[in-house]
Amino acid sequence: MVDIGCARMNFEIGQELAPQSFFINRAKLIAYANASGDQNPIHQDEVFAKSVGLENVIAHGMYTMALAGRYVSEIAGGSEKVREFSAHFTKPVIVPAGVDVELILSAKVSAVEGDVIKVDLTAICEDVKVLGMAKATFSA
Amino acid sequence: MLNPDVVGRTYKGANSFTVSQESITAFALAIGEPNIFIAPPTFSISISLTESQALLQESGLDWSRVVHGDQRFEIHRPLVAGDSIICSSTIESARVMAGNEIVTVRSDLHAGTELLISSWSTLVVRA
Repeated sequence: MVDIGCARMNFEIGQELAPQSFFINRAKLIAYANASGDQNPIHQDEVFAKSVGLENVIAHGMYTMALAGRYVSEIAGGSEKVREFSAHFTKPVIVPAGVDVELILSAKVSAVEGDVIKVDLTAICEDVKVLGMAKATFSA
Repeated sequence: MLNPDVVGRTYKGANSFTVSQESITAFALAIGEPNIFIAPPTFSISISLTESQALLQESGLDWSRVVHGDQRFEIHRPLVAGDSIICSSTIESARVMAGNEIVTVRSDLHAGTELLISSWSTLVVRA
């Protein structure tokens, strides 16, 4: 059977959903800072970031979570379907100048209750989990 | 240090404000989300964290030492352009762990009497 884009997806407990890569760079951090209002210089200014003991500029935790939110929105079939979304910020995403840093998101279905689907999310950057206990609930 | 008396108190924004299409579009573009007509799931942080920052700074918290530890959203209805919102923030807990101060602030976004979004931000103030 041909899979059509608007077809309603069926979810099963334990199902692993296709991972997706996102690329983070300095220009995107500036765009996110402007859009979110979080202008903390540790997310833009390498000299400042290093002066406060960081290895380099780091992404906003909320930017990483926003990308995870976009991934969940795609799984759910639209951002209006996302009901709950939570994460711990366990490790920073380090963003050196001139580099596109790959963030790999994946998800596994943890519960199916009627048309309410729960997923556990994994966010990996440079082989390190950058979000912990990341979970989302959406309506199918 | 945060004044412990502020825990449990709710600060309601005095004025409502209107969610603009420009703000949703900028947020969606920044994260590569093609749908600009519905606010993405984490969009409300741009409202709630600004409100929380003002509240926490007034309560004696050193914002320059703050690291975001944890974030949660409950979305009853996503924001759209034109929503007239009032944000109320409550410091739900404040404790000290290993010398770091850990503060959880809850923000509720209402449109009239309808609760649209509740969010919880746990902030760690580095010692």
